[in-house]
Amino acid sequence: MSRSDAMTNVLWLQGASCGGCTMSILESGASGWFDELRQFGVNLLWHPSVSEETGEEAVDILQSVLEGRVRLDLLLLEGSVARGPNDTGRFNMLAGTNRSIYRWMLDLAPHAGYVIAVGSCAAYGGVPAAGSNPTDAVGLQFEGTDGGGALGAAFRSRLGLPVINVAGCAPHPGWMMETILALTARDIAASDLDGYGRPKFVANHLAHHGCSRNEFYEFKASAESMSERGCLMEHLGCKATQAVGDCNQRSWNGGGSCTKGGYACIACTSPGFEGAQNFLATAKLAGIPVGLPTDMPKAWFVALAALSKSATPRRVRLNATADHVVVPPGRTTTKTKP
Amino acid sequence: MTRITIGPFNRVEGDLEVRLDVESGRVMRAEVTAPLYRGFEQILEGRPPLDALALAPRICGICSVSQSVAAAAALREAMAIEAAPNGLLATNIAHAAENAADHLTHFYIFFMPDFAREAYAGHGWHAATRERFAATRGSAARDALPARARLLETMGIIAGKWPHSLAFQPGGTTRAIDLGERVRLLSITTAFRSFLERIVFADSLENVLTIASADELDRWRDGRGGDFAHFLRLADGLALSVLGRGTGLMMSYGAYHGSDGELFPRGLFGPRAAIEPLPLTQITEDVSHAWMRESSVDPAHSSTVPDPDKPAAYSWCKAPRLSGQPIEVGAIARQTVAGQALIADLVSVSGTNVRNRVIARLIETARIALAMEQWTRALRLSEPFCHNSRDIPNGSYVGLVEAARGSLGHWMAVRDGRIERYQIIAPTTWNFSPRDSFDVGGPLEQALVGTDVGDAGARAVAIQHIVRSFDPCMVCTAH
Repeated sequence: MSRSDAMTNVLWLQGASCGGCTMSILESGASGWFDELRQFGVNLLWHPSVSEETGEEAVDILQSVLEGRVRLDLLLLEGSVARGPNDTGRFNMLAGTNRSIYRWMLDLAPHAGYVIAVGSCAAYGGVPAAGSNPTDAVGLQFEGTDGGGALGAAFRSRLGLPVINVAGCAPHPGWMMETILALTARDIAASDLDGYGRPKFVANHLAHHGCSRNEFYEFKASAESMSERGCLMEHLGCKATQAVGDCNQRSWNGGGSCTKGGYACIACTSPGFEGAQNFLATAKLAGIPVGLPTDMPKAWFVALAALSKSATPRRVRLNATADHVVVPPGRTTTKTKP
Repeated sequence: MTRITIGPFNRVEGDLEVRLDVESGRVMRAEVTAPLYRGFEQILEGRPPLDALALAPRICGICSVSQSVAAAAALREAMAIEAAPNGLLATNIAHAAENAADHLTHFYIFFMPDFAREAYAGHGWHAATRERFAATRGSAARDALPARARLLETMGIIAGKWPHSLAFQPGGTTRAIDLGERVRLLSITTAFRSFLERIVFADSLENVLTIASADELDRWRDGRGGDFAHFLRLADGLALSVLGRGTGLMMSYGAYHGSDGELFPRGLFGPRAAIEPLPLTQITEDVSHAWMRESSVDPAHSSTVPDPDKPAAYSWCKAPRLSGQPIEVGAIARQTVAGQALIADLVSVSGTNVRNRVIARLIETARIALAMEQWTRALRLSEPFCHNSRDIPNGSYVGLVEAARGSLGHWMAVRDGRIERYQIIAPTTWNFSPRDSFDVGGPLEQALVGTDVGDAGARAVAIQHIVRSFDPCMVCTAH
C-alpha cells in the first residue's frame, strides 16, 4: 500500500483569513504539530504556511486532487469565502492560479471525504462579514445564522456530511485537532453536530461553564471597570452564558481563557458574533441585561439576581470591584485546648 | 524578456503573488501583488471607537497583539490618559512573547526549509540541513514548535489567550498578576532563554550580544553548534549577503514603550546612513497601482474604497512613502536605528540583504528575551494594571508601534462617539508596496531586481530566499 493510501490525506487552504487558526493549531502537540499529525497517520498534502511546495508545485497538488489522482480525505478551509465583487471572488484570488478561493472551494469540496470549516470565518463569515461586509464574505455553508453560504445548504461531502464547523476566533487548538483526528477514524456522524454544524463535544457546553469568576456570578457581584475581578456579565459585555464552547474547561495557552484574562466572552463561536457593537459593554433594557441565559425565564433570573445580590458576602462584593483580592476568604479558627 | 508568475507564494503569513520580467536569466522588473482584501478599514467605520480593540487584532493571527497595541495606543491618545505602569510592562511582556514567537516561526517554519530543497542537493551541507530544516519533517520543528508553545503560555497568564485577546486596553491590561503568576512568567522566560542558548545560539545570550562586528561574528561562528551558526555557514556558502539588497532607507516607530521611554528608539536611518528624527508628518499613501480609489494621501484624512477594475493597478496594497521614498521596516531597521553594534556594523558593510535581515531577527530575539525577564521582575504586584476611561472626544488620533515585521500605524478619526475614518499601514504594506505614481517600486520590488535566476525561472530558490527574508505578513498588508 502506498503511503497516501494508508494515511489520511489532508489539504488546508486559507481564504479571507487572518491566519490565526493556523497560529493556534501550531501550539498543538507535545513534540510539535507535525509530529502529532504523523503519529495519527495524517499526510498533510499541502498547507500554505508550512509546506515546502510553493508556486506551480503547490498548484500541481491541487490539480492532482481535482483530477482524482490523489484521494482527498479532509479539506479544511481557514477564513471566509469572499464572493465579491459581483460574485467574481476577486477580493481573494489564489495567487498564481488566476482563480478565486471561492472557485477553488466550489471545485475541490465535492472531492473531499469531509469538509471542515476552521474558525468562525470559514464557518459563518466571521469578522470579514462585519458591518457593510465589503467583500461579500460568507462561510462555507452558512451566511451568519442562515444556511447556504458558498457551498449551499444541500452540500454533503463525499462521505455524506455537511461542512463541520470548528467555530471560534481563533478556535482552541484542541477543538481543531480533535475534530481532525476523530475524522481520521470516521468517528463523527451527522448526529454529532449541532444545528450550526459545530461538533457537540465543544458545542454541548457553554463558555460560562467552569468560569473562574463563578462565585461572583452566583451573587451577581459585578466588575464595573476593566481589570476588576467581579462577574463580567452585568456591565462589561460578557456573553459566556449564551455562547457555546468548553472554553473554561480547557486551558488556553497553558491556563488562560477570555474571562480569566479579565475581559468579556464575545461569543466568537456564534454565527454573527461580529455584528455586535460595544463588545465590552452590556446591552441593557430598563437596567436589565438584554442577553440573559436563553433557557431560563427572565422573571426568575431577575428575581434570583435581586435575591443573590442582597445576600452577597462583603468579601465577594468588595473583591468584585478590585483588581487584587482585597478581602481574603475567612478562616475557620478552631481553638485548641492547651 | 519572459514574464514569470510565482504563486501561491507560501510559507509566508497569507498569500502572495510575485511576477518577474526576466532577461538572460536576470530579473529586470518585479511586481508584487497582495491578492486578498477584506476591508477592515471599511468594517471599522461607523462603529464605537472601542470596538477597534475587538476587531483590529483580527486583522492578523500572527501579529494580533501588535494590532491590539496599536489600536489601544490610538485610543489612549484619544482618551488623553496615561496607562498604568504595570499595564505597560505586562503589554511589553506579551508583545515581546508574540514578536519572539513570530521570529522563531519565521526562522524555523517559513525561511529555513528552503535550504532543504532538492535544488541544493549537490552541496556538501545539504544532507544535514535537510535533516534539520526540511518543511514539516526536519528535526528542528520538534524543538522549535514546543518552545514556541511554551513561550506563548505567557498569553495564558497576561492575555487570556492568543491569538486575539481583549486584554490590551488604552489604560493597561485587564488582569492583575500575582506573585505565583510572576514566578510562572519567569519560568516561561527562563525556559525560552534556555531554548535560545541550547538550540539556537549554543552560547549564552549575554555572550551573543557582545558580538559587535562582522569579523567577530565570523570568529564566533567557527566551530560552533546551534541553528544560528548553521544558518551563518549557509549564508556564507551561498553569498546571501549580496542577495536581495535593500535601498538602505529604514525606520522604526520605537518599540516597547515604558514609563521612561522605549527599549528600541524611534528614528530614521536616512540617506546619509545616519540616524535622524523620524518626520511622521511625511507619511503618505499612494494608490496609483492599488485597486483603490484616489483619496487623501494623508492617512489621517484618507479612506479606503476598492476599485477592482482600475487600470494599471496590480495589488490590494497601497504604497506608503516617507518623504516620497519607500522605506524598509522590520527587525533590521529597528536594530539599526537602535544602534545595536553588530547589526549597525553589518549594515555599514553590506547594507540590508537576505543574511542581515535574518541575523537581525535572531539578535533581536536575544535582546527581547532578556528584556522580558527584566519587565517581569519590574512588575509592582500590589499596584493597578489598568486605568479606565470611556470618554473619547472628537478628533484624529494615531497609534504607532513596532510589530515583529516592522512599523505599524493606526490612524483613527472619531466623530460623535463613532469611528469616522480608520487607516492602517502595516509593516508589509511598507515592504511589499506596489509602485507609486513616479513608478518607483516598493522595497521588495527593488530588492528583486538584478537577481540571477539562471534557467530555473519561477523555481529559482534565490527568489524564495529574498521574499521570505522580509518575513512578509500578507494578511496585514492590505487588511
